[in-house]
Amino acid sequence: MRRLALPAAVLVTLALVAASLMTGGYDIDVNTLLHDPEARRMFLVSRVPRTLALVLAAAAMAVSGVIMQMLVQNRFVEPTTTGTSEWAALGVLLLTLLAPGAPILVKMACAAVFAFAGTLLFLTLLNRIALRSQVIVPIVGIMLGAVVGAVTLYIASATDLMQTLSAWRSGGFSSVVRGHYEPLWVVGVIVVVLYVAADRFTIAGLGRSVATSLGLHYKRVLFLGLAMVALATGVTSIVVGFLPFLGLVVPNLVSAVRGDDVRSNLPWTVLAAIVLLIVCDLVGRTVVAPLEIPASVVLGAVGAVLFLTMTLRRRALKGAVHA
Amino acid sequence: MIEFHDLVKSYGDHTVLGPVSGRIERGGVTSLIGPNGAGKSTLLTLLGRLTDPTSGTVTLDGVDVHKAPSAEVARKLAILRQENHFTARVTVRELVAFGRFPHSRGRLTSEDLGHVDRALDFLDLTALSGRYLDQLSGGQRQRAYVAMVLAQDTDYVLLDEPLNNLDIKHGVRMMERLRAAADDLGKTVVLIVHDINIAAGYSDRVMALRDGKVEAHGTPEELMEPETLSGIFDTPVRVHVVDGRPLAVHHR
Repeated sequence: MRRLALPAAVLVTLALVAASLMTGGYDIDVNTLLHDPEARRMFLVSRVPRTLALVLAAAAMAVSGVIMQMLVQNRFVEPTTTGTSEWAALGVLLLTLLAPGAPILVKMACAAVFAFAGTLLFLTLLNRIALRSQVIVPIVGIMLGAVVGAVTLYIASATDLMQTLSAWRSGGFSSVVRGHYEPLWVVGVIVVVLYVAADRFTIAGLGRSVATSLGLHYKRVLFLGLAMVALATGVTSIVVGFLPFLGLVVPNLVSAVRGDDVRSNLPWTVLAAIVLLIVCDLVGRTVVAPLEIPASVVLGAVGAVLFLTMTLRRRALKGAVHA
Repeated sequence: MIEFHDLVKSYGDHTVLGPVSGRIERGGVTSLIGPNGAGKSTLLTLLGRLTDPTSGTVTLDGVDVHKAPSAEVARKLAILRQENHFTARVTVRELVAFGRFPHSRGRLTSEDLGHVDRALDFLDLTALSGRYLDQLSGGQRQRAYVAMVLAQDTDYVLLDEPLNNLDIKHGVRMMERLRAAADDLGKTVVLIVHDINIAAGYSDRVMALRDGKVEAHGTPEELMEPETLSGIFDTPVRVHVVDGRPLAVHHR
């Protein structure tokens, strides 16, 4: 049973990937793919990039969630609850203003640098707050994010970039075509790095003192983790915008079932994120077809419900043992 | 041998420790005692390089612990703080296995697994090894932390109030095990203990702190004097001999 669980999960994920590839405005199926060159072109230019973007963005957000939750030692942090995504957005907006024609790699780097600096600011703020309960931490992050978001909004409205901003923040996969999503492949590298350094992140999750006693260079792990999160968030927000709750729901779900060993959890985390995001995207594409609801909106609704259920159930499970 | 020289820790204008100098000889059990705020935990975390001193040095067998690579120190010295709040959900066995990280860097050999099994057994945790930490009582969790530190298999073991959350039975067992770690395994154990009688009963040496200074350092017999103890704790303490051992009484 147990040995078959992971292969089964891979099969389910692949089936959903196939479903995602076969869904869309044009009639593309296996038959037309084989015989119609135009259908094949559409498939490669639009369908494949979109689905790949879904897969990579899902992995990016879930992995970012895992890393942040370990480093901050808080269950409720992920790029959208720590201001990281908002900083990335601000970075891209400023770049759009200052250098409108910048190539996508420059945009990506700019978003990542802003995300990194912003997350560092968040951690510095946290260090100055004496009361670090599980709930206070994300509240600080959300407030910080709101302030940065307001600044971004103000700049956008003052420079007539509102439409660009909102189109780009709403998590759209509909505009993803070939030549636009490729930077997301960096997420693959991040996943590999996380797999290699997984033990260090699990140990960092035990807190600075324990990590130091075990000989871990805590600051180095912290910076490595932040760089990975910033890069993943930066790239994702450039290509597909904000994806709320994914980094929150998936790691918590996996942790509730399997505990917090980062390495052995990693395949599960990535697969669960892909499944959740593809399902949300499919729902968004089919319920109001031929129009579509952005995946991020569906994700927001589904994610909120999932997260509440999980929080309540976990509290009930723990019962009196844990205060 | 751990030596500390002119060690000072201050936060702004407020000095919580020092300047203090002294040494902890290799082998045996040394207890740090003293009233709240005396600087015991500060001294211990400085010795264990978890905090940086404002000034002064700590050397471990001649190596400066604050300058040496942390990974290198971790193979000679392990330290457990008093407060440990983990958000990570790990099982007892996973936690204890992390104690091997300084040696294995994540790839556990059969030798590592042997250390893990012995540490679990040493603290009666074998039956609980599959449980998550958040499913344990405070005392069980405390034992799991100590097991992790022992699995690290270092010459020096520093523990801040390892008796926290332990009832009388487990408290006594813990002290007997730490005693055994020193006697049978040759480890140097340094711990902070609140109960002076426990400290005197199980230690080879006692170091007493007060107002950030080392007030006295010696064998339990040397320290268990009414005047010495009364001065350190700012409370009248009487010392009686029970079963041939000095016993401090500070209440009626």
